[in-house]
Amino acid sequence: MQNTVFRVAVGQMCPEKGHYRRNLEIIGALISQCLQMEPPADVLVLPETATTGYFVEGGVRELAMSAESLFNDLKCLYSDLEPKHPIDLCVGFYELYQGEYFNSALYATFTPQVEHSSLNHVHRKFFLPTYGVFEEERFVARGSRLEVFSTRFGRSAILICEDVWHSVTSMIVALKGAQVIYVPTASPARGFQGDVIENVDAYRRMLTQIASEHTLFVVQSSLVGFEGGKGFVGSSWVVNPFGKVIAQGPIGQPALLVVPIHLDDVAIARAQLPLLSDLRSVVPDIALHLQQILCEERI
Amino acid sequence: MISYPVIEAKAFEPNSDDPLHINAPLVADWLIQFLRDEVGRRRGFRKVLLGLSGGVDSSLVAYLCARAFGAENVYAFLMPYKISSAESLEHGNLVVQQLGIHSRVIEITPMVDAYLSHYEPDASPTRIGNICARTRMIILFDQSAKLNALPIGTGNKSERLFGYFTWHADDAPPVNPIGDLFKTQVWQLARYVGVPEVIVNKPASADLIVGQTDEGDFGISYKKADRILHFLTQGYSPERLVQMGFPAEEVELVKRKVDSTHWKRHLPTTAMLSTTAIGEYYLRPVDF
Repeated sequence: MQNTVFRVAVGQMCPEKGHYRRNLEIIGALISQCLQMEPPADVLVLPETATTGYFVEGGVRELAMSAESLFNDLKCLYSDLEPKHPIDLCVGFYELYQGEYFNSALYATFTPQVEHSSLNHVHRKFFLPTYGVFEEERFVARGSRLEVFSTRFGRSAILICEDVWHSVTSMIVALKGAQVIYVPTASPARGFQGDVIENVDAYRRMLTQIASEHTLFVVQSSLVGFEGGKGFVGSSWVVNPFGKVIAQGPIGQPALLVVPIHLDDVAIARAQLPLLSDLRSVVPDIALHLQQILCEERI
Repeated sequence: MISYPVIEAKAFEPNSDDPLHINAPLVADWLIQFLRDEVGRRRGFRKVLLGLSGGVDSSLVAYLCARAFGAENVYAFLMPYKISSAESLEHGNLVVQQLGIHSRVIEITPMVDAYLSHYEPDASPTRIGNICARTRMIILFDQSAKLNALPIGTGNKSERLFGYFTWHADDAPPVNPIGDLFKTQVWQLARYVGVPEVIVNKPASADLIVGQTDEGDFGISYKKADRILHFLTQGYSPERLVQMGFPAEEVELVKRKVDSTHWKRHLPTTAMLSTTAIGEYYLRPVDF
């Protein structure tokens, strides 16, 4: 059964580079904090590569693991807490899947009857930044799927970091029925000229645009801490379907941000501003344009 | 006849410092977080040390370190050579007094001159400068081992891009908070954190020859050079910069200095023989 009101916790995590077990401990502590809240948080969202740190270069080969292995480790962590409440977890990690490495994030539900816990979905990063400070395509393969999946708290999708820099990804998952988009992120700070760090502002602009255009919730969880001089900004944004920021994490500092989500707001926003419905009605025309572009490229 | 008012976009102004403006409070907070994270959490040090020349770069770093770690955990080493100006030592001491950090003066003249007088009495000023810089590096790393304090670098982006430093000396400390700040941005940040104006305003100098200044050595002022460096490092071609209004000879001078010193910003070149060559195939980050 779908719940329409839930509490999402955003863990702005600062992982220990390459120390999977140590990072599991941090994740365990955050789960414990979520469960001890009154009322408990229902969903914990953690950043991109939360289990290892982001800039690991060829270390991906040593650190990548299957989604099932991570799920099982998380299940043990959760079980050790002797929980009375279920919790959903969205967490980024380097994945080994069918002989290839990916920058992925899984979504899982853990229940006090641990055998009923489930691995709901794995998203493999679609857009791999490979420019400037980023070298992802050198070390991981590109995911090719943009899927929406059912959770206890509505139809959801995961987009990782650069995935949301392209409007087409959020358009696709919105059309597929997403009510909430989770955005695990690792964004090193750059641009200190203005009132706020440039990429903090870029994410605010993009995520509020995505939320208001597609009338859905956007929940970002952004890494913090320095890796080789590159400092991750944090500043996780939670945006409602009206495009309003309802919470922002601190800049560059670990934190657990807790935000109530009213899924009913999705329907209210869509009734007020039926942009998604308008978009859906022109999908055949968009498909034709895309087909045309594909044909032209072949020539 | 209809005639709409014409509104021209503002023309580019090559003498504007706007592109180099930084939000100094934001940068200061970020660099303090950087220092705490890289020195403390990543490397496990509580104390830091630095060479304090009395110039604006090392003074700024001293101020940042004092704020990041507390004055009691910062060790400044003033390491004059016999021809260093008295003013440098005076300004270094001013910083030490204002911050209340530890300090020690270690004269490098006996070390440097032991080598020069015995083996190389005719060494050029440039060579003497390099010997002094490498001598200071030896002292800093030895004091690091003694004090269990991490050496902090003080080189700025302008001098790094110009190659205006001694390889494996000034650039040796493992953590540098100001290496991505142009000199003109160092001045902005230094003023914000409270480095005395007398230090910020004086002409930058390597202090190797009486009356020597960085800008005299370069043949261009930092203000002019930084504006050109800002656009060159973003990928603007020299031709485009000239079109934008920068003098061709200044663009050429700056570009030549950058192009001739790429090697100084890299580790030594190693012959590659395998598919596990370190830094080529076998890639692991510094903090892995």
